[in-house]
Amino acid sequence: MDIDGLVERMRQGDRRATSRLISLAEGDIAAARAISTRLFKDTGKAYIIGVTGAPGSGKSTLVNQIISLLAKRGKRVGVVCVDPTSPFSGGALLGDRIRMKEDYPPGQVFIRSMASRGKLGGVARATKDTVSILDASGVDLVIVETVGVGQNEIDVYTLAYTTLVLLAPGMGDEIQAFKAGIMETSDIYVVNKADHDGADQLVGEIESMLDLAETIELEHGEDHVVVEVRKQAKAGWRPPICKTNALTGDGVEALWAAIEAHRSHLVNSGEMARKNRSKYRQEIIDILREKFALHVEEALDLTKNGDLPALLDEVAARKQDPYTVSDGIGKKIADAFKS
Amino acid sequence: MLQDRKIRVIVAKPGLDGHDRGAKVLARALRDAGMEVIYTGLHQTPAQIVETVVQEDPDVLCLSILSGAHNELFPRVMTVLKEKGIDDVLVMAGGVIPDDDIEGLRRLGIEGFYGPGSKLQDIIDYIKSHLKR
Repeated sequence: MDIDGLVERMRQGDRRATSRLISLAEGDIAAARAISTRLFKDTGKAYIIGVTGAPGSGKSTLVNQIISLLAKRGKRVGVVCVDPTSPFSGGALLGDRIRMKEDYPPGQVFIRSMASRGKLGGVARATKDTVSILDASGVDLVIVETVGVGQNEIDVYTLAYTTLVLLAPGMGDEIQAFKAGIMETSDIYVVNKADHDGADQLVGEIESMLDLAETIELEHGEDHVVVEVRKQAKAGWRPPICKTNALTGDGVEALWAAIEAHRSHLVNSGEMARKNRSKYRQEIIDILREKFALHVEEALDLTKNGDLPALLDEVAARKQDPYTVSDGIGKKIADAFKS
Repeated sequence: MLQDRKIRVIVAKPGLDGHDRGAKVLARALRDAGMEVIYTGLHQTPAQIVETVVQEDPDVLCLSILSGAHNELFPRVMTVLKEKGIDDVLVMAGGVIPDDDIEGLRRLGIEGFYGPGSKLQDIIDYIKSHLKR
């Protein structure tokens, strides 16, 4: 289908065109590129919020409450919900919408489910493209809900301006499990299911973790992790902890106030510019990596490269080593990359 | 992998019908067949289902109903789809639909009918061979 035509229809408010553009960007890197280059000037208007946390911590239910709050305030909201792709079948069950069943006026809320399609990091390859398309379609905010995460899926942090990390009480040593990875990416901690036993204890544990991080920073300033914390401290933002009950909506207004406070902080402190730089740096890295990976796959495709099996046999026979062989292939790829 | 074409399917439960075991089994089977399945959950109005179609851009819409209201709700789904100009989505139906009603629903544009006892593989094969785009 004609991308220019779809872009034009999207600009006129045709939501099916928006939807088709997302499918095209998702299915094909070349299409994603064509769409992104056409739309990029129209983006940068929407505020991007990331919502991440363990499976079952209540991400979708909380996102539903945030949408509902924003819709009441007349905001237009785009949502991208990522769920995992099966490594066995390549299929996916996308169930986040089940928590988002409220009716909204036409055109106010656009929710898109997305499978991770083998991408690690908590979001899909096309998530950033989808955020851009929704942004260009004229929404005021885009919320990105990651797959249920463990420790290291932090891609949403570079994609979003404000990242919420959701935790729920009663998940045992979760605070330990989280603390090295996504616990550092949080701009706001959300203790969801705050009506459950242990919520206040969890809040206390996060508070003391934050206290400890600041103390350590004074003692071991050179350590990588601690430097990041010091940056945060310097930038004047200690992540607040919001208690919510996503089922009833309790605490969601206060959470929204915290998000707005973080946004003001980013704008007023100049952090926004730094965030944008790191966001687009990462995006360019991803694009280049992806492009390079395609060339690597192409160069090592046994069905396409007739001399490859013989080359691999030479390695197996110890006539050449893998590093030397990869140097040769790398040079070929570099030539192909230029064209 | 330059091309990453996946079949996207919405499994929807229209109306006041609390029985979704079949819909869940189907969703799981289609997932295992390599499709991306969006399950809407229970109690969807025709307008909500079509809104989900608009936003999710599926290849297939599977409607499951066991309440007996299919002659009321399915035509409304099809009408709203038409109003939105959506004609490239394969619409299928499952649940409890008497044979006598199938011809009328077929005329509305619903194509595959799979009631109790259907083989999951038959549904998967039907989807793969009847995609509209």
